[in-house]
Amino acid sequence: MSFPWAKEYQPSHPTMRWLDEKLPLPRLVYNAIGAGYPVPRNLNYFWNFGVLAGFCLMLQIVTGIILAMHYAPNALVAFDSTEHIMRDVNWGWMMRYAHANGASAFFVVVYIHIFRGLFFSSYKAPREMIWLLGVVIFLLMMATAFMGYVLPWGQMSFWGAKVITGLFSAIPLVGEPLQTWLLGGFAPDNAALNRFFSLHYLLPFVIAGVVILHIWALHIPGSSNPTGVEVKTAADTVPFHPYYTAKDGFGLGVFLILYCAVLFFAPNALGHPDNYIPANPMSTPAHIVPEWYFWPFYAILRAFTQDFLFIPAKLMGVIAMFASILVWFFLPWLDRSPVRSGIYRPLFRKFFWFGLIPAMAVLFYCGGAPAEEPFVMLSQIASLYYFAHFLIILPIVSAIERPDPLPYSITEKVLGEDENSALAPSAVPVEKSDAAPAAS
Amino acid sequence: MIRIISILVGLFFGVALAWSFVVGAVTFAQEGKPETAEHAFHEYPKDLHLASDGAFGKFDRQQLQRGFQVYKEVCSACHGLKHVAFRSLEQLGYTEPEVKAIAAGFQVPGLDPNTGEQTTRPGVPTDYFPAPFANDIAARAANNNAIPPDLSLITKARHDGGAYVYSLLTGYQDPPAALLQEFPEAAPGTGLYYNPYFPNLNLAMAPPLMSDGQVTYGDGTAATVEQMSKDVSAFLVWAGEPTLEKRKQTGWPVLGFLLFATVLAYLAYRSIWAHKKAKH
Repeated sequence: MSFPWAKEYQPSHPTMRWLDEKLPLPRLVYNAIGAGYPVPRNLNYFWNFGVLAGFCLMLQIVTGIILAMHYAPNALVAFDSTEHIMRDVNWGWMMRYAHANGASAFFVVVYIHIFRGLFFSSYKAPREMIWLLGVVIFLLMMATAFMGYVLPWGQMSFWGAKVITGLFSAIPLVGEPLQTWLLGGFAPDNAALNRFFSLHYLLPFVIAGVVILHIWALHIPGSSNPTGVEVKTAADTVPFHPYYTAKDGFGLGVFLILYCAVLFFAPNALGHPDNYIPANPMSTPAHIVPEWYFWPFYAILRAFTQDFLFIPAKLMGVIAMFASILVWFFLPWLDRSPVRSGIYRPLFRKFFWFGLIPAMAVLFYCGGAPAEEPFVMLSQIASLYYFAHFLIILPIVSAIERPDPLPYSITEKVLGEDENSALAPSAVPVEKSDAAPAAS
Repeated sequence: MIRIISILVGLFFGVALAWSFVVGAVTFAQEGKPETAEHAFHEYPKDLHLASDGAFGKFDRQQLQRGFQVYKEVCSACHGLKHVAFRSLEQLGYTEPEVKAIAAGFQVPGLDPNTGEQTTRPGVPTDYFPAPFANDIAARAANNNAIPPDLSLITKARHDGGAYVYSLLTGYQDPPAALLQEFPEAAPGTGLYYNPYFPNLNLAMAPPLMSDGQVTYGDGTAATVEQMSKDVSAFLVWAGEPTLEKRKQTGWPVLGFLLFATVLAYLAYRSIWAHKKAKH
């Protein structure tokens, strides 16, 4: 599963030759992220974010395992054990801030990664499976992050758990018993905290498993690139190592500088002060807001204020919130344009930059704001555009749009000329989207 | 087919949202936004500059000791500090014998070694600050039905925490005439005190720092209400995060190393890619 010109792993040391015969693990790594994986030579910095997301996952797992050594998942002592980590455990404050801000960093990186996929249509054939697995990873991340935020058992932990599990109570007939079953009680308490801790420890390893599938699926067609034109010849690619390991090293450095600046100088800027108040079922915070990375979806949830066609407003909001992410699963079939890159799609590009991005920005802002006017009306308009963009505009635009002329090849785009292009038919306006480039 | 279904689903959500929007907009146009006393009269914290602020901030130990004195002599009557151990006071510049003496000045819960009955004993440095009330019911009974919050994390549990504490302590005043006129129901009830820096404007805590010289500072600083409020705010910023100074001091070498490593990584990237980039 690679291009015919991919370098082959050739161990020189006898030990490595021995190992390669018995268990070709080094060969697997070599072909996955080493010199054995040919990658388009024209990737821009947006293509750094997959590796960064993988780094964030490992960072969260390592810091999380250390925190779990000192944390106690019991409603009586959870809050105090978190403070014990902050004050008495050696470098405990750094581990907890690294983990809490690591979650934010993970979401920043993943949002940019998804944005990259949306603009350059990385979800299109032959890469649908990579995209589908990516949406699964995102859903698992949201579940993991939500349960992690409950663990310190502060006010926002408790009330966040109550509000989010309360969403299930909107389901007709089975809603209330379902919520009680999920929580192990009528309100979040020790049973809920214990199972959230158990699942918060489990899910990251499930994510790691799906990430392996995500990368496996990526290696079958190979990476996409900013032109959206598939790889044609060896000249279009460079080996992943050293070319992209070097570029990812630089990207990782920039990421770590920004991450550490927040970690050491503003570690509470992204959190909510109320979560430093111990959970109190008798006292409701003035504004219950989730962590910033859930704000767009929280805004969609709250945008539905009226019953519609016998569907209660609350249920509409819950359906819409889940639908807003589930719609991503259908993108490969909703966007039928054979051109991938937004750079060559003038109409799509206009809707993307002047429609989707502002709508997302408004949803982000309104999700963190109190549920009052004008924020509710703004989030209604932005939610309306969000659904219209994916479900109505994208299918129509991709049918009527006249794309700009594509370069003949990646090499021509980078160097300005490609000697092979003379051999090809002169007018190649649109590339066949399902031309699978590689066979193993 | 999938496009037709997709457009229908899009219309479903779109019409539901449009309906919510129209109803909300009509209601808003008719009724407007109800004005509340909290919205009209609540004030954001005043500016407070502490030595621990900023990326190079360090605690002013002298100030922390004064602030601790204010906490011990005034606040601790009603407010606990349960996450702070006496031993941590050494970070304020107290010597080991001084910390032992401070700890011994507090009675902490203990057991009688002969009878096993619950009793109290003088604190030792490994003890934590004792709670001023036996339980929440006792706390409510003694405080006009309000529970005085534990102060260990008060500066992290409020927006702009240090400034919030300082503003609250110096912000007591008579309710403005405009408030009483526009929102008569927002007038402070029995046992409540008007304070615009408190979210709902009426606070159950009587002004704790009433007069200059309420505590006598050992270092000769004039104990004005202003000074005592600043000092105790600084102390509570420390109590909320004793590792704050270490965190900032650790950050700089980390960033320095990362900057150096990133420059090297950038040069490596440029040199590896030199012959692959376009020549023009």
